[in-house]
Amino acid sequence: MSNFLSLFLALIIAAITYGTPLLFGTLGEILTEKSGNLNLGVEGIMFMGGALGLGGVFYYEKAGGASGFAAVGIGILCAFLAGALASLIFSFLTITLRANQNVTGLALSIFGTGVGQFVGEFMRVRENGYISIGNHLKGFFQNSPFPGFLQKIPVVGGVLFGNSVFFYLGLILAVGMFVFLNRTRAGLYLRSVGESPATADAAGIPVERYKYLATVIGGGVSAVGGMVYIMTIAGCVWNHEGLSGVGWLAVALVIFCMWRPLAAIWGSVLFGALMILYLRLVLPFVPTQLYKILPYVVTVIVLIVSSMRNNKEKQPPASLGLAYFREDR
Amino acid sequence: MSHEKKTPLIRLAKRDGMEGWKVWCIRAGSILFALLLGALVMALAGANPVTAYGTMISGALGKKSAIRQTVKIAVPLLGCALAIAPCFKMRFWNIGAEGQITAGAIAATYFALFWVDRLPSPVLLVVMGLAGALAGGVWALIPAFFKAKWNTNETLFTLMMNYIVIGVVRWLQGGPWEGRKGSQIIPQFDSAACLPRVLGVHCGWIIVLVLVVFMHVYMNHTKHGYEIAVIGDSINTARYAGMNVGRVMMRTMFLSGAISGLVGFIVASGANNTLYDGVAGGVGFTSITVAWLSQLNAFAMVGISGLLAVLSKGAETLQTRMAVPTSISDIITGILLFCMLGCEFFINYKLIFRGAGKKEARHE
Amino acid sequence: MEHSVCAIELQGITKRFGEVVANDGIDLKLNRGEILSLLGENGSGKTTLMNMLSGIYFPDEGQIFVNGEPVSIRSPKDAFAYGIGMIHQHYKLVDVFTAAENIVLGLEEPGKLDIKAAEAKVRDICQRYGFDIDPGQKIYDMSVSQKQTVEIVKVLYRGAEILILDEPTAVLTPQETDKLFDVLRAMKADGKAIVIITHKLHEVMALSDKVAVLRKGKYIGTVNTSETNPQALTDMMVGHAVTLNIDRPQYDKPVERLTVKGLTVLDGEGVKKLDGVSFTAMGGEILGVAGIAGSGQKELLEAISGLCPVAAGEIAYTPEGREPSNLVGKTPMQIKKAGVAMAFVPEDRLGMGLVGSMGMTGNMMLRSWKKGPGVFLNRKDPNELALRVWKELEVVTPSTDFPVRRMSGGNVQKVLVGREIASAPSVLMTAYAVRGLDINTSYTIYNLLTEQKMKGVAVIYVGEDLDVLLELCDRILVLCGGQVSGVVDARSATKEQIGLLMTRLGGKEAEA
Repeated sequence: MSNFLSLFLALIIAAITYGTPLLFGTLGEILTEKSGNLNLGVEGIMFMGGALGLGGVFYYEKAGGASGFAAVGIGILCAFLAGALASLIFSFLTITLRANQNVTGLALSIFGTGVGQFVGEFMRVRENGYISIGNHLKGFFQNSPFPGFLQKIPVVGGVLFGNSVFFYLGLILAVGMFVFLNRTRAGLYLRSVGESPATADAAGIPVERYKYLATVIGGGVSAVGGMVYIMTIAGCVWNHEGLSGVGWLAVALVIFCMWRPLAAIWGSVLFGALMILYLRLVLPFVPTQLYKILPYVVTVIVLIVSSMRNNKEKQPPASLGLAYFREDR
Repeated sequence: MSHEKKTPLIRLAKRDGMEGWKVWCIRAGSILFALLLGALVMALAGANPVTAYGTMISGALGKKSAIRQTVKIAVPLLGCALAIAPCFKMRFWNIGAEGQITAGAIAATYFALFWVDRLPSPVLLVVMGLAGALAGGVWALIPAFFKAKWNTNETLFTLMMNYIVIGVVRWLQGGPWEGRKGSQIIPQFDSAACLPRVLGVHCGWIIVLVLVVFMHVYMNHTKHGYEIAVIGDSINTARYAGMNVGRVMMRTMFLSGAISGLVGFIVASGANNTLYDGVAGGVGFTSITVAWLSQLNAFAMVGISGLLAVLSKGAETLQTRMAVPTSISDIITGILLFCMLGCEFFINYKLIFRGAGKKEARHE
Repeated sequence: MEHSVCAIELQGITKRFGEVVANDGIDLKLNRGEILSLLGENGSGKTTLMNMLSGIYFPDEGQIFVNGEPVSIRSPKDAFAYGIGMIHQHYKLVDVFTAAENIVLGLEEPGKLDIKAAEAKVRDICQRYGFDIDPGQKIYDMSVSQKQTVEIVKVLYRGAEILILDEPTAVLTPQETDKLFDVLRAMKADGKAIVIITHKLHEVMALSDKVAVLRKGKYIGTVNTSETNPQALTDMMVGHAVTLNIDRPQYDKPVERLTVKGLTVLDGEGVKKLDGVSFTAMGGEILGVAGIAGSGQKELLEAISGLCPVAAGEIAYTPEGREPSNLVGKTPMQIKKAGVAMAFVPEDRLGMGLVGSMGMTGNMMLRSWKKGPGVFLNRKDPNELALRVWKELEVVTPSTDFPVRRMSGGNVQKVLVGREIASAPSVLMTAYAVRGLDINTSYTIYNLLTEQKMKGVAVIYVGEDLDVLLELCDRILVLCGGQVSGVVDARSATKEQIGLLMTRLGGKEAEA
């Protein structure tokens, strides 16, 4: 029994580790989609965030930096800026130049994975084959920020206090976003822009500014997810194979949690669990590889069920993916 | 409070019908602009842009063997762009071509692996092609069915379908179809299951060229094409004209998926001679941009897919000769797409600057 | 120096959309404590003009003054800042928000968002004017008139001094309309300036102090309501006195063509749009359908042509010299093949019945695309038809491939009606066929319909203009709230009689 329990707890902790990059990717995309922009470039954005975040920390260490806080800060900042910049391109094309969002998002995916790959490889070549972060700084990215005695609390200590700092940042961000979207004026206005830009416009809300801000900040947040993946799961080494697909999973998770930031918390842990379940839970007759498609299968089911039930509340933002031009007629 | 009479600095107005030559000038200009930006990226990466572009062009088109490689890259791009065109014409955002290629490749591979002894090569190839088309079509039909029935968001649905089927390939690779135990690789096809070569390239290029003509005729001269165009313009009008919108949607998606599935067969049998999880390798996504930028015109797709193929092949040469990572091709492709997407704005809208065409002030 | 400063003054306002001039050098004045009716037919540019006051459009030329100061209204926000609030015809509300959330949308109040306080303030306003809405209710749960109330409260909440209402009564019941007018009068007494866009004369007379008339984008003039009468206003609206003189020959032997019994139609939310409608349409007769907008006209035509599902009732159709058959349950294609044609001109003209991106040929094909064997399209016959319609109806277009979206409204309608007539139907239904058309083109359409009638076709004409209905049709069916409130003989009925039926149920005694 206790054996089973410890296995289960280990699974939860691993699920949280794998879910944390997704949590950032998803929260960013929720913010973006709440403004009515469907940015399918998350995959590319997370690549850029991963590569540039790693690069930032690497050169910080190389320059003699040893502060863990600064390193984490630089990682977040570099990734955020990379994602924000990528989303700025997307925003300019779709909001100002009114290009098709699907196509632009896919182009951003191609571009972003290219940039991420390029930067990753370029650094590797320039630094003679291998770039990695020293164990000292690595610890700040991967270890729990809480003191040891909290983590050693029986049963719940590890799950509650043993995760990397990013999980807790993600929690704060998710709660913050929930409060922002549902309790603040700007959040209400942002949602109105995503639901009905014509209404928001008529009410005097600067539609384009909201779309730009939400998309750029959302892209930045998503990119942090890519950095988190590289710095925690991939062990501070550029690993494009591991990172590939995480961005798309984040898009799936946005649907799965029905555009609700708080649901993204448990959703990301669940998806994280599904990502690693094949290593931990071997069932007879169920091929382990098929676990990996479960997140997509459940997302499809959620999508179908929500469209069948036609619940007015649980729907994508009504103008998701549509360009807005005030004088259209 | 300010009372000066101010109009906004720049205003937009929709533009109707720009002359054709101007349109193509703007588009050509955007490609040039993109290449210039790409040159900047190369310079940043420490390569001389002029030599780099030269290397890319000679690497993609310099030798016969290089041209063959380039054509090989262009074939699936073109085929898939053709598949996507009718869906986009209908304003059905099928971004699941990646998965539909993969589904087609799986079905074709099944016959390549298990029927190779039972069928003569030509028959086997035809069966593989048909199976691929059928599998791709059915895979595309699923989201279309839910869209027609419950208006389920097709963009998100088709996107998810990609990763489900790619996951299935991973399972096949490591499980039932695995070759040598532990290799995670499906064995190479028998030569009987490989597409024959014509002029040094697998004959898939002939198939897609035939598809170009087919799609042009289908979209512009058939009843089906007409239905698609009407639905894309207004669903209400289509219903008014007695069209069964749901059925047309499903039929068109089946056709689209079937062509993607056929491309999957071509890639597996002609280019890779095996099946692996990267069989589509992003082609399904890139081809969407190809289709869109060609304004869904089948002949324009030939040019644009060719252009992207040259970039991609050229980048490979760039890596071997100048040690620039191949991912530069993705970056330049991305920039190219951004510029071409952006330039459509200047074709569809006109900017009115403050003061232009304004009458004399009437008061004060 | 004038003794009172105008709340709003427009000088030489011009707005173009592509080649269409929607407003052409318009001047307008409005004082505080006044209600101005902006009168004009559909498509005369009323809404466009007001959209420039509310910041939706920006004028190409001209100057707007608020309280005597020249202003530039670049966005709805600017409009609010000048105290201008517009209640659009299509409500601008976010469905998944509550009333209160919609009302505070776009406000720049300092401090935190306090929905509770906003709800209290909304309740306050509601109480003052006798509105009946729950500020916490979601919009998607509301009726149309409740939504309108939310819109009005929204403007009041902002303390607007200048209110613009775009056809506010189009969707209201008579009682609701009376209530609205009371509210507007109360606001006027408060010193607010109000513009009401309408094309209904009785509302103009009942409510407003001044009337400004637009015709085809041009400003005709402003008159005091007390010094005018409906006839004079109509003259201004139409350009000359309405002496229509539509030719109305009598067909010698009308036969029963379409018999509708107890037709009931529900909308998506299960609300009855048609309630037990029964009537007969005769071959060789034009049956007019009158009613205020949204009384079920659209649903009636759609039900007959098979486009919307029928909840109850039957539609018996008797083709020339054949047995009657029930149309209920047949597909639109089957009904069309049987000879029932519909030309519905929707408000945006292109929404139903035409493909905007295609030329005349492509649009002619909508009726014939399925004809002929094989998978290929027959382009030749539709092209010939297009050429014929082009010539006979004098459609102004550079070629038969010129996209109809880029044609002017009247030409678009000619294409639509011309195609339906060309299919040689035995039942021809038209809705708002002359909407926004000039007089001459309208007459062309009337003559076409009469021609069809004399061929023995049963013509159903849904119209807005009672004068036209009375002179064009043989009988008039009046709808009110989805029910038939009466059928009158167009040759003997009066306008007042129909007007009464339009706004009141149970007028069976008026049946001819």
